[in-house]
Amino acid sequence: MQVRSNEYPKEAARVIREEPQVRESVTGATLSFDAKRRAAYAEVDSEQWRHFAEGVKNHVLMNLEHYLEQAEAALKRNGVQVHWAEDAEEAQRIVATLVRERGVKRVVKAKSMLSEELGINPLLESLGVSVLETDLGEYIIQLLEQPPSHIVGPAIHLGLEQIRRLFHERFGTPLDAAPDALAAAARKLLRQGFLEAEMGISGANFMVAETGTIALIENEGNIRLSTSAPRLHVALVGIEKLLPRFSDLAVFLSLTARAATGQRLGTFVSLIQGPRRSSEPDGPEEVHVVFVDNGRSSVLADEEAWETLRCVRCGACLNACPVYRQTGGHAYGYVYSGPIGAVLSPGLVGLENTKPLPYASSLCGACYEACPVKIPIPKLLLTWRHRAVEEGLTPRFEKAAIQGYALAMTRPWAYRLAAKALRLLPEKALDNTVVPVLKAWVEGRAGLKPSPRSFRELWEEGI
Amino acid sequence: MRVALFVTCLADQFFAEAGVAAVKLLRHLGVEVDFPPAQTCCGQPAYNAGYWSEARQMAEHTLGVFEDADYVVLPSGSCTTMLRAFYPELYRDNPRMFARASSLSGKSYELAEFIVRVLGITRLGQGLAGQRIAYHHGCHALRELGLKDEPIALLRSAGAEIVDWPAATECCGFGGLFSVKLPEVSLGMADRKLSTLPEIDVLTSADGGCLLHLSGRIHNRGLPLCVKPLAAVLWEAAQNRRTQDA
Ligand code: SF4
Repeated sequence: MQVRSNEYPKEAARVIREEPQVRESVTGATLSFDAKRRAAYAEVDSEQWRHFAEGVKNHVLMNLEHYLEQAEAALKRNGVQVHWAEDAEEAQRIVATLVRERGVKRVVKAKSMLSEELGINPLLESLGVSVLETDLGEYIIQLLEQPPSHIVGPAIHLGLEQIRRLFHERFGTPLDAAPDALAAAARKLLRQGFLEAEMGISGANFMVAETGTIALIENEGNIRLSTSAPRLHVALVGIEKLLPRFSDLAVFLSLTARAATGQRLGTFVSLIQGPRRSSEPDGPEEVHVVFVDNGRSSVLADEEAWETLRCVRCGACLNACPVYRQTGGHAYGYVYSGPIGAVLSPGLVGLENTKPLPYASSLCGACYEACPVKIPIPKLLLTWRHRAVEEGLTPRFEKAAIQGYALAMTRPWAYRLAAKALRLLPEKALDNTVVPVLKAWVEGRAGLKPSPRSFRELWEEGI
Repeated sequence: MRVALFVTCLADQFFAEAGVAAVKLLRHLGVEVDFPPAQTCCGQPAYNAGYWSEARQMAEHTLGVFEDADYVVLPSGSCTTMLRAFYPELYRDNPRMFARASSLSGKSYELAEFIVRVLGITRLGQGLAGQRIAYHHGCHALRELGLKDEPIALLRSAGAEIVDWPAATECCGFGGLFSVKLPEVSLGMADRKLSTLPEIDVLTSADGGCLLHLSGRIHNRGLPLCVKPLAAVLWEAAQNRRTQDA
């Protein structure tokens, strides 16, 4: 699995410095998503819904094997071919075999974060297969050869002007084209793609175990076309995506749409239950489901981190996160960015590979407040930080500093001494300090001055 | 009624006036105030950075200092959260210490919270008449203590106008060590928050850390803004300046 970089602090600083337009686009878009989510939550008893969704997901995760077996049986009954992939390589092999055996030359893709996680596009390209992303945002970043910046809005970091320029260069649309005209230009090209492709690849928002139903939510209609026009449909499904009963869908579809975009329901909801039957006019001849683990069962087995798997990938935590708003998703260096990415990535690919991510948060708690399945993200961030300390992954000077600080704070005389010393510093000492922590502080925040007398001194003198 | 004041290390060193104001205000409200001299720091920076064994050392020290108090009052939302929510969390696997932590947790209050929820006072005086005040909700106070309306009610009833601030509940970017581990992100958050501020007379908050960070940034950028800790503003509120003036 790919980790693009393990340099969050550097990357974040670089984006802030060199690409100020990213902050502008991301802040604007996330604030508006977040406001829509609040409004949509306010219409329902959101606490009740969150509680219900949390319970259903916990139940599935606790009984995952049972539900996976049930889903497999139901899918097979429906005429779907089921595959199991332990990791990204195995998933790639399954897709590659299908492509070869069925003589696939062109693939249309419905937006899927899992396919990003598995590196499906580079795989297909290496096989000489042309891949067309059909989600407009995803298509734009495909043109730019960039990874998604946001779980739901992959091109959230781009401003309208940038997209206008891109389309002007590629399709000759006017430089002041209206968003509708840009979408129309893309649509024309995508239409052609749908007609020609032999295979459509999608993810799954949910998979109902009882009925073997793949549920997909979208707004553009491209997912529906990708999964129904080509003669082959391959759905990549994370093993954590299961819901027990068909009746659970009603709440989850609405809760996810509300959390993601503030809609009561996505414009299109596709419920796919197998290949075309003889009585049906359209639909694929073959449907394949690839259940993907890729680190998920080890997260599930982790007593402190398993709750991460409740995630429905709505992106609400990203929209609510003031840290994410500064840089968008690319700085995180991993497929899943923002608060959920910061706790999911260490679980999937190991803390040593994603070390800075648990620190990419001020622990403000806005993510937890937004999450429709109540994933305790701040607590999980702390857990990963604690593990970094336990596993010796934190800088040695930091450890020494914290130990010294704890030593001083458990000895009142040492605390007093330190306070005295602070007041004996020359006036400008703090401004010109070379102590790394203080330096990082005073460089952006002038005027760090202790009170002339500490409270303790004032108290002793009598208030 | 008697309370033990936990001034917290940051206030002790950088906002001594907040501690003084808290003492005066509590006395004014008929409360006797103790200041246990062995107090130091609650250990939150270590806890947040993942150094739980060091955080436990400081927690244990603090537990010892405040064991006998009836109430512990802090002029800081996030340190209150440390005592209230995170101390018990630190001792989840240690029943004896968990019991001690829970007992401290149950009697610890942020200052404004204590005034409204324990003393049942929602009006302090008229000392803030005509002042336009922006209130920064510290994240811990807001989301862990559920402290939202209490400070606002106290300020309003003292005649202040609480300005409509779109980013009032957004994180300012302090986050303890976060502010020095990721300085650019932290400053970006402060800038975004400050850039949405309408015209005001005073910016206040129950959290010293946030104020230190915001006022430092304000200083750095040369913004003409006045920043005061909530305790100081509440003490001002308790003084009927209007009557005094007259
Ligand atoms: S963690 Fe929660 S809010 Fe974030 S993407 Fe997952 S479900 Fe949505």
